Amino acid sequence: MAVSAIAIVRLRSLFAAVMLTSIYSLLSASFFLTLDAVDVAFTEAAVGAGITTVLFLSTLALVGRHSQESHHTRWLPLGVVTLTGAALIYATLDMPRFGDPAAPVHQHVAPRYIEQSAQEVGPPNIVTSVLASYRGYDTLGEVTVVFTAAIGVMLLLGRSRKDKQDDEHET
Amino acid sequence: MKRNPVLRVITDLLLPPILLFALYVQFHGDYGPGGGFQAGVIFAAGIILYALVYGLKKTQRVLPPQRIRVFVALGVLLYAGTGIAGLLLGGNYLDYNVLGSNPLAGQHLGILLVELGVGITVAAVMIMVFYMFAGRK
Repeated sequence: MAVSAIAIVRLRSLFAAVMLTSIYSLLSASFFLTLDAVDVAFTEAAVGAGITTVLFLSTLALVGRHSQESHHTRWLPLGVVTLTGAALIYATLDMPRFGDPAAPVHQHVAPRYIEQSAQEVGPPNIVTSVLASYRGYDTLGEVTVVFTAAIGVMLLLGRSRKDKQDDEHET
Repeated sequence: MKRNPVLRVITDLLLPPILLFALYVQFHGDYGPGGGFQAGVIFAAGIILYALVYGLKKTQRVLPPQRIRVFVALGVLLYAGTGIAGLLLGGNYLDYNVLGSNPLAGQHLGILLVELGVGITVAAVMIMVFYMFAGRK
C-alpha cells in the first residue's frame, strides 16, 4: 500500500495513477478483510476499486491524461503533511492496545449490540442491525449526503448540456 | 468498443449475474455481509459496464436520465417515509418496532425498507453521476 501511494504521487501519467489508486483500494479491502470487517471490505472493493475508478477514467476522458509539471515549492506541503502525520502517530501512542478487551470502544454500546441485537432487532448480521436500526439516523444522513452529492453533480455538469439539447429541440 | 465481439459476449454473460448478485446482496444483507450501499454500487457497476461496452445512447434508451433522477429522490423518500410511517403508527421516528405485529417483524420490515431506500438512491446516484461525466464529450 505504501509503495502504491508513493508511486501515485510520483507519477505524471494520470492513467497509471488512477489504476494505482484502484489497486490501493483493493489492497485496503483485503486489509479490512484480514481485520474481519467483511462489510467494510465489501464496500471498499465495490466503491473504491470499482465505481471510483470508472468515474476517474471518465473524468480523464474529459480532461486529458497527463498532469502538468507543478512549479510550486514542495517544501511547505511536505512540511504540513509530515507534521500532521507525526501528530497522528503521537496520538496513537495514547490509544489502548489493538484488540484490548478493556478498551473504551468495547465497553460502551458494543456489548449491548452483540448480546441483545438478536432479541431486539433480529438479523443475524449485527452490522446490518447497527447500521439500519440502532444507527438509523446516521444512515439516513449518509443517504442524504449521497443524494446531495448527486444534486451537486447534476447542477454543475448537467445544466449546460440540457440547455443545449433544449435549444436544439426548439430550433 | 461497440465493435469488439469479445467484450460484447463477456458483457452479455456477466451482466445478468452482476445484477442478480446486486439483488442478492441487497436482500441477503440481513444474513450475510452486504446491504443497500454495496448492492446499489454493484447494480450501478453492472449498468455502467453495459454503458461502457454498448455506448451511452443505448443505455439511456433503457434507463432514461429523467427516470433515474426520480429514483435518486425516491430512495431518500422511502427511507424518510419509513421513519414517518413509524411516527404515524405511534412510535418514534425511525423506530421500526411498531411497523409489524411484533417488534421483531417490525424491525425486519423496517430494515428491509430502509436498506431498499439506500440501495435505490445509491444505484441511481452512481448511474446519474456516470451519465453526467460520460455525456459531456
